[in-house]
Amino acid sequence: MRKPITVKVNGKPIVVPFGSTVAVAVMMAESACRNSVTGERRGPLCGMGVCFECRLTIGDDSYCRSCQILCQPEMEVRTDG
Amino acid sequence: MSAASYDVVIIGAGIVGAACAHECAAQGMRVAVVDREMVGGGTTAAGMGHIVVMDDSEAQFALTRYSQELWQRLLRDLSPDVEYEQCGTIWVAADAQESEEVRRKETYYRSRGVPVEVLDPQALEQCEPNLRKGMAGALFVPEDAVLYPPCAARFLMDRAQASGAKLHLGMTVTGIGKGQVRTTAIEFSAGTTVNAAGTSAPMLTPGLEIRPRKGHLLITDRYPGFLRHQLVELGYLKSAHSLTSDSVAFNVQPRVTGQILIGSSRQYGAEHGEVETGILVRMLRRAEEYMPGLARMSTIRSWTGFRAATPDKLPLIGPWPEDNTIFLATGHEGLGITTSLGTARLLIDHLTGRTPEIPIAPYLPSRTVAEHVHA
Repeated sequence: MRKPITVKVNGKPIVVPFGSTVAVAVMMAESACRNSVTGERRGPLCGMGVCFECRLTIGDDSYCRSCQILCQPEMEVRTDG
Repeated sequence: MSAASYDVVIIGAGIVGAACAHECAAQGMRVAVVDREMVGGGTTAAGMGHIVVMDDSEAQFALTRYSQELWQRLLRDLSPDVEYEQCGTIWVAADAQESEEVRRKETYYRSRGVPVEVLDPQALEQCEPNLRKGMAGALFVPEDAVLYPPCAARFLMDRAQASGAKLHLGMTVTGIGKGQVRTTAIEFSAGTTVNAAGTSAPMLTPGLEIRPRKGHLLITDRYPGFLRHQLVELGYLKSAHSLTSDSVAFNVQPRVTGQILIGSSRQYGAEHGEVETGILVRMLRRAEEYMPGLARMSTIRSWTGFRAATPDKLPLIGPWPEDNTIFLATGHEGLGITTSLGTARLLIDHLTGRTPEIPIAPYLPSRTVAEHVHA
């Protein structure tokens, strides 16, 4: 069994089991992922990369689908996009 | 089965049908609209929403210019979700040959009262810094605009309904003629039946020369400021005029949300609506040739639709010579969002006996019938 991973969600350290997606980390941080064009907070819906609701920023990359990306150590995740 | 009676029954709740309903209901006519699916869900949803003045022919110019003025008159009333933005069109010339087209187009528009501005390469770069360097120049048409077609159709239909029009969705029309409209549910009697069924129009009015032409669209995530005007390559004319082969052209549009809507493709003979990777890749490569920065963008959706194309590139607007209870409002191909309003005015002027603000003759369906007779 690989060790848990710590990522930062909006600057806050979140520890997730190895193999977790970024969407899991964001949910553990009790956060949504992004703001819609009308300012609604949005989060994962389909969980399989189709609906694009769970987009967020990882490091310098905007619009990442968090349900399709595994957590890596030191990842900086932001949900203000 | 009892027949519901109306002055006008409109087949098709796309933007053309919605615009016709809006005009007729505003005149106090008893109006019903029938669609097998939803408002603005067919060809309308496959339109970019470019409110553009075109110059392929005098008749095309007249209808697009008139329609653009009608959109401008409606502007104050449009709901915010229609997202009407007068961002202007920039016709981009990539080489010397296309620069000549800039000058021809400039003269054509200017002499007909359409404001235009010729951009040299430096001015073009200032207007659109993310275009590839080394373009030959461009023509800027500032009164062109963009809108969001499904919500525009919805807006027109809402207004029609507020004026008393009845909307029947999920109802398939099985036959029209002689003042009757037969559907899978009820039967209507109509003073005038408007066939605004787009690519399905020939199923109800056999003999119409309309072919479905498939188009792909793709929309990116939000990149505010990357693109400021609707950009279209002047090579578009070469590809759009081809009546046989599949073609793609650089045609990109800034959305109010900061998203970028990317077109365009045209295919004849495609039977199914699925997104085709081959043509989509060609379309995107073309877009990236003009705006390399697009390659790094995240896209959200790609989709397709079928546009109703006529042999002479003009819509069919007017009474059907074989049955004068039928008025055709179809065949708008890629210009239906723009010309929906002009089409509706030609309809209402025909019904009320007013002299239309532009001549209806070039669009009359009888032009194709006459060709058959003399063929």
